[in-house]
Amino acid sequence: MKSFDLQVKNVSKSFGEKAVLKGIDVFIKDGQFVTLLGPSGCGKTTLLRIIAGFEKADAGEVILSGEVISNKSPAHRPINTVFQSYALFPHLNVFNNIAFGLKSHKVPKDEIEKRVNAMMEMVNIVDLKNEMPATLSGGQKQRVALARALVNEPDILLLDEPLSALDANLRKKLQVELKEVQKKTDTTFIMVTHDQDEAIAVSDRVLVMYKGAIVQDGTPEDVYEHPVNRFVATFMGECNILESERVTDKLAKVAFGELVLEKDPQWAAAPEGKCCGGIAIRMEDIHVCTAGENFDNNVFDARILERIFRGDYWELIAELPGVGNAESLKLRVMTDPDEIYNPGDQVKLYMEPQYLQVLAD
Amino acid sequence: MQTEVFEGKLTTRARMRKFGVLLTGPGMLWLIVFLLLPTAFLMVLAFAQRGSYGSINWDFSIENLRRLVGFSSFGWSPDNLLILWRSLKIAVITTVLCIAFGLPMAFWIANHGKTMRAFLFALIMVPSCTNLVIRTSAWMTLLGPDMFPAEIARFFGIIAEGESLYPGSFAVYIGMVSSMLPFAVLPLYTSVERLDWGVVEASRDLYAGPLRTFYHGILSQMMPGIVASVILTLVPSLGMYVISDLLGGGKYMLIGNLIQQQFGAAMDWPFGAMLGSVLIICSVISLVIFQRVGGKNFV
Amino acid sequence: MSKKKLPFITVILSIIGFILLYLPMFLVVEQSFNASKHGQSWGGFTLDWYTGLADNAMVQTTTVNTLILAVVSTIIATVLGTLLAIGIHRTPWGKKMQYFYDMSINVPVVTPDILMAIALVSVFALFRSWTSLFDPGMLTMVIAHVTLETSFVVLVVQSRLVSIGKDQIEAARDLYASTAGAWFRVIIPQLSTAIISGALLAFTLSLDDFILSFFTSGPESQTLPLYIYGSLKRGISPQIHALSSIIFGLTLFVMVLMVFRGIRKERKLARKL
Repeated sequence: MKSFDLQVKNVSKSFGEKAVLKGIDVFIKDGQFVTLLGPSGCGKTTLLRIIAGFEKADAGEVILSGEVISNKSPAHRPINTVFQSYALFPHLNVFNNIAFGLKSHKVPKDEIEKRVNAMMEMVNIVDLKNEMPATLSGGQKQRVALARALVNEPDILLLDEPLSALDANLRKKLQVELKEVQKKTDTTFIMVTHDQDEAIAVSDRVLVMYKGAIVQDGTPEDVYEHPVNRFVATFMGECNILESERVTDKLAKVAFGELVLEKDPQWAAAPEGKCCGGIAIRMEDIHVCTAGENFDNNVFDARILERIFRGDYWELIAELPGVGNAESLKLRVMTDPDEIYNPGDQVKLYMEPQYLQVLAD
Repeated sequence: MQTEVFEGKLTTRARMRKFGVLLTGPGMLWLIVFLLLPTAFLMVLAFAQRGSYGSINWDFSIENLRRLVGFSSFGWSPDNLLILWRSLKIAVITTVLCIAFGLPMAFWIANHGKTMRAFLFALIMVPSCTNLVIRTSAWMTLLGPDMFPAEIARFFGIIAEGESLYPGSFAVYIGMVSSMLPFAVLPLYTSVERLDWGVVEASRDLYAGPLRTFYHGILSQMMPGIVASVILTLVPSLGMYVISDLLGGGKYMLIGNLIQQQFGAAMDWPFGAMLGSVLIICSVISLVIFQRVGGKNFV
Repeated sequence: MSKKKLPFITVILSIIGFILLYLPMFLVVEQSFNASKHGQSWGGFTLDWYTGLADNAMVQTTTVNTLILAVVSTIIATVLGTLLAIGIHRTPWGKKMQYFYDMSINVPVVTPDILMAIALVSVFALFRSWTSLFDPGMLTMVIAHVTLETSFVVLVVQSRLVSIGKDQIEAARDLYASTAGAWFRVIIPQLSTAIISGALLAFTLSLDDFILSFFTSGPESQTLPLYIYGSLKRGISPQIHALSSIIFGLTLFVMVLMVFRGIRKERKLARKL
């Protein structure tokens, strides 16, 4: 069987003076659900458009199944796109929208009928067959756009912020459906999004982009738990960053004392007194000790300053007094709804070494 | 050749432009032959002289320009400048009136449901399907001594018994506004539809009174629309002479009449061309002003 | 825009505005049914002026001329204008070229009609020294009208083109359409309403025009406005009013029809959402 591996080789692009992509290298294996995640202006949409053929890279190549496709028009690439605005054709009904690509290829009529119907069934829009796009809701439009692209059985499906125009509940629902469709069709999906929850929920692999470069490449768990730098750490979710100094290869000095770390090669190799910079810990990874709990290390005294209700959890602002002449530090801590702490309470906080992530900057 | 992607097609800029030339070719050719060339010719003609029996004498001089400002073999007379002044006055007043009515109309129309809005907007344009001459002649009858507008005016003591509203300046302005109004409303309505009402609410929120809100919140946003509206009314009114002819009772010599005379009875095309050229330059200047204030197209 | 409370003066001024636009129209309609010939007063209801139209040869020929002029010039202007709009908008022109196009399109919109008229008359005189084609007549009138109308068609079509957006043609391309395919299957169908409104505007301009026709017409190509202008001194025949009323009625009818279609569409949409 042919495999549809996609390789992006050293792709650069600038618009005028502004460099949007700086030498991107990615290899995407057939059948993966890959997300390009990053803030607006990071170049993720441009990369997607270069893969689709809507922009031409200034340098570098796009290679699909071993064939260079950089110089092919979108019409000649076995790649289809779900546009951010959906770009449904307003003058065609749902059926004809979905059939558009097949008609371009002059597929016989009865086969078009069969394939379009099958696709409409897959994304649950059979009832909408004769509707015009203007009468559809956002979620329905999204499904039609998906069906219109997938019915052509592309090697790769590109999705440009496909869910950004929908409200939160619908978005969650469609994330699940998107994942299911991807599994059923066994097609490579490459999705652009700026929403880290969405990226974590649907993808097999996340490429975090920042300022025209890929800064981290890994599974969603990996990227979430082990961010490589400050940008990824804060972009992936609420995060405390502790300024640190290297003491030994498993010990760091921070404002409120000394922290025991898990062994980190970068950290271990650095000279004493200097290393990479910050240490990240997510707010849900800071544990508030209950009476009688005991840990060997990394337990610190703190005073609760504020308690904020977040629905399914409490967010506490805890102040940890500085050691020596260091200033005190405020950390954000997450607790379960049934654990009630009040402002002014004195508590002990425990930070498990495996959750302390050394950052590159 | 450096290729680029345009609208999903891999091609070169030169190829796209070649295709563009193909598309715009017929239209541009038409405009060049029947618009730009004639305009240029008119400006050349403006510096020629009238020969005997209406022929054209290709001696180039600025004689026509001197005549335009009033110099002739009989010395200086203010007649032509007065005509220019009168044309300008009528055009400016017409424009002010059109904006004064057009602005509220644009807001009023935009304040309806989607379908009603389209209907009212189209209603603005419907009367233009009936020829200007017919509508103007209707005003001639309407403003006559026995019709109700005259009766109303008489009731308020504006005119004396037996007098009518036509002919006279009042009739001219009524006719001008009535025929220019659609072109004033068109761009105003477009810019009302595009208004960002958030700005208006912000202004209210910051304790601005209604007048300041209108000025800072609304007028500032509508500026391109208003300028478009002014130009679309002012410039055509400058050249309009049929209305003043019919409703002014022959007392209203305007630049339009003057031009028409040169191409008609007076058979002095070069002088007419000079008058026209001055008007063209005014139009182009106003267009440049419009583009400076940020407008791109009028509709 | 959601509904706002407008100052009362706005409503008053709007109503006066509409009265200014429609008062002459109502007089025209009233006079077309008025038995008294010089309609200062109501002389009873009659349809004579309408039936009389059938016998008035002068009105008939000038009407036919007016319609020929309007239809022919509208067709030419719509084709030229649509191609121009597409070519200007969908080509990566340089800044200077774009400015040249914008100027060429906008100048006819803002120049007084009389200027276009005298410029054309002068240049026609020049052309006549080589060919008799440009003798005053239907051809010269059509040329004048097309020159006026084309710019307006371009403006209307352009404003729709802007709102169609790049993603439509990209989507068509992405779904394997050729250049021609993308245009004929996606863009042109969406432009159709704009092209029709551009054509309607051109048609209206032609019917409304007097000055261009006045300067460029020949003895054999008298149009209705010219005939009316010529007969004004004697007073307009009520037959003209009858004819104008028919045109006015037709335009109103088409409008109401379009509005009803719009309402039906909106209701259908509302039911579905």
